[in-house]
Amino acid sequence: MPVPSDAHPLVELRGVAKTYGRGEVAVHALKATDLRVYPGEVVGLLGPSGSGKTTLLNLVGCIVEPTEGSLSLDGQTVYDGGWRCADLRRLRLEKIGFIFQFHNLLPFLTAGENVAVVLDLAGYSGAAARDRARDLLDYLEVGHRFGTLPSRLSGGEAQRVAIARALANRPRIILADEPTAALDSQRAGIVLDLLRKVAVEQQAAILVVSHDEKIFDRFDRRIVLRDGRVVEYDEPAHGPAEA
Amino acid sequence: MNLALRDVRHNLGRFLLTCLGLSLLLGVVLSMIGIYRGLVDEALTLARAPGADLWVVESGTRGPFAESSRIPGDERDSVARLAGVAEAGSLTFQSVETAHRGRTLRLYVVGHELNRPGAPARIVAGRPITRAHYEMVADRRSGLDLGERLRLGRNDFTVVGLTDGLVASGGDPVVFLTLADSQRLQFDLDPPAARRERARGSGPAGTDIVNAVVARVLPGVPVQEVADTAARWKHLSALTQGQQEALLLQSVVEKARRQIGLFTTILLAVSAVVIALILYTLTMDKVKEIATLKLIGAPDRTIVGLIVHQALAMGVIGWSVGTVLILLVKDHFPRRVVLTPEDALMLGAAVLIICVAASGLGVRLALKVDPATALGG
Repeated sequence: MPVPSDAHPLVELRGVAKTYGRGEVAVHALKATDLRVYPGEVVGLLGPSGSGKTTLLNLVGCIVEPTEGSLSLDGQTVYDGGWRCADLRRLRLEKIGFIFQFHNLLPFLTAGENVAVVLDLAGYSGAAARDRARDLLDYLEVGHRFGTLPSRLSGGEAQRVAIARALANRPRIILADEPTAALDSQRAGIVLDLLRKVAVEQQAAILVVSHDEKIFDRFDRRIVLRDGRVVEYDEPAHGPAEA
Repeated sequence: MNLALRDVRHNLGRFLLTCLGLSLLLGVVLSMIGIYRGLVDEALTLARAPGADLWVVESGTRGPFAESSRIPGDERDSVARLAGVAEAGSLTFQSVETAHRGRTLRLYVVGHELNRPGAPARIVAGRPITRAHYEMVADRRSGLDLGERLRLGRNDFTVVGLTDGLVASGGDPVVFLTLADSQRLQFDLDPPAARRERARGSGPAGTDIVNAVVARVLPGVPVQEVADTAARWKHLSALTQGQQEALLLQSVVEKARRQIGLFTTILLAVSAVVIALILYTLTMDKVKEIATLKLIGAPDRTIVGLIVHQALAMGVIGWSVGTVLILLVKDHFPRRVVLTPEDALMLGAAVLIICVAASGLGVRLALKVDPATALGG
């Protein structure tokens, strides 16, 4: 999908690197990397195991601190030689939605509560959180499973509930870690279609880590990593500026 | 949204079983406190039974409970004549063992003078002793019924009245006889032994010996002054009621108190360790969920609440069930168990503090969980 030429990136990394350890035992998990993801895009982050995909996701998710470079999310500089945000969890709550490989739903909450918990943390009232959770589950066609515990959901249903949770707080950035790894190709396709729908309708930037070859051609762009370095970078297709 | 409550709901069986175990442990703690209170209560009950202000005993002793004391029975008259004394009565105390319904029955016999201080203050069934011989008032704990006859020494006694809750510090139920009967029980020899004593040329030994004389003083008269006057007689010692009670607690109950106190402390420590281990294990089971919560933006107070609320719920349920359990079974204990609301509330407060402290390990683990744990397989 073409990105308007005047669009600002929701995710922007400038020379971001991450090194674990020091001296001889230092591991350069990610070398200086530049990356931009725009609203409405679904970008695939590809590469073999150990290539730095998860490290990159952790950096964008403000879970680990970069060793160098700068990071901006939704126009706000979050890291530039040090964290520029005092409450990273609040930042994640407000700006980032996470989708996990194995859905990571809280087993003691129903599908509806798993979605509502994010809204509860954001300060919504109980009724408002429940209504929004129900709307989201209906939107993702699992509204009939509102009161069901995760252990009684199928893999596909659980992943839809996880997507609903990621969308609950209307984040502009969605980070997905192998969201289709536990699904067959048909369900994987459905999940990717859902993410695309979300990206377009909510103008969100979606970064998907995957080494699932069957979905490689379903991304708007692909960024390939190897040994902590970007080895293939699809530039966004810019379209006309928005009126 | 209370995550702790929902987690409990999800693992209800395991949580309730844990609470049951904890309640049994806390029930034992509470029963130990109750047993100690019972010991104190029983010890003081006997000392308070005569309703005395003053105890006059053998010189140089701290009788009649902490040490043995023997004084001539006619000292009662001397004490009664002291300025400020309203009335006085002689008392004897002795333990006896007899057969009752085919079983051995241990009793603590109190001999008292009719119509003088020393008789049981409250009869719950029947009447007080009115005849000079062969009647007794027994405590219900003895298992004796009204009208029942019991052999003590060489004589049979009829139970004419019952008291409730009067036992000696050793736990033996108290029975009351007249002073004369109790002295005969203590000093009269069997006929063969008496014949042998006569054959040896020994005259009959004096049997008007009592263990203590109790006195009530007139209103407005300082008890200590009367005690000091009595103590001037070289062959007697005198203790006020307060001194007698303090002496009882120090000598008779003190070791039991320390023993039970230490045992209670150990049990509380064990409870704390058990709670800490349970919470740590429950937290270990939730590492991935905690990481997910952190990743989606849950603040530390939400994570801490998940653990501490469960710890508090465990403590409150364990304490409540434990208390109810002990209230239901306390009367089946062989010794008296006295549960006071203050002790139960103090234990409740201690349990809450222990729960919060014990959840520290789990909280520490939870706060150290790396949110990145939620990512990846």
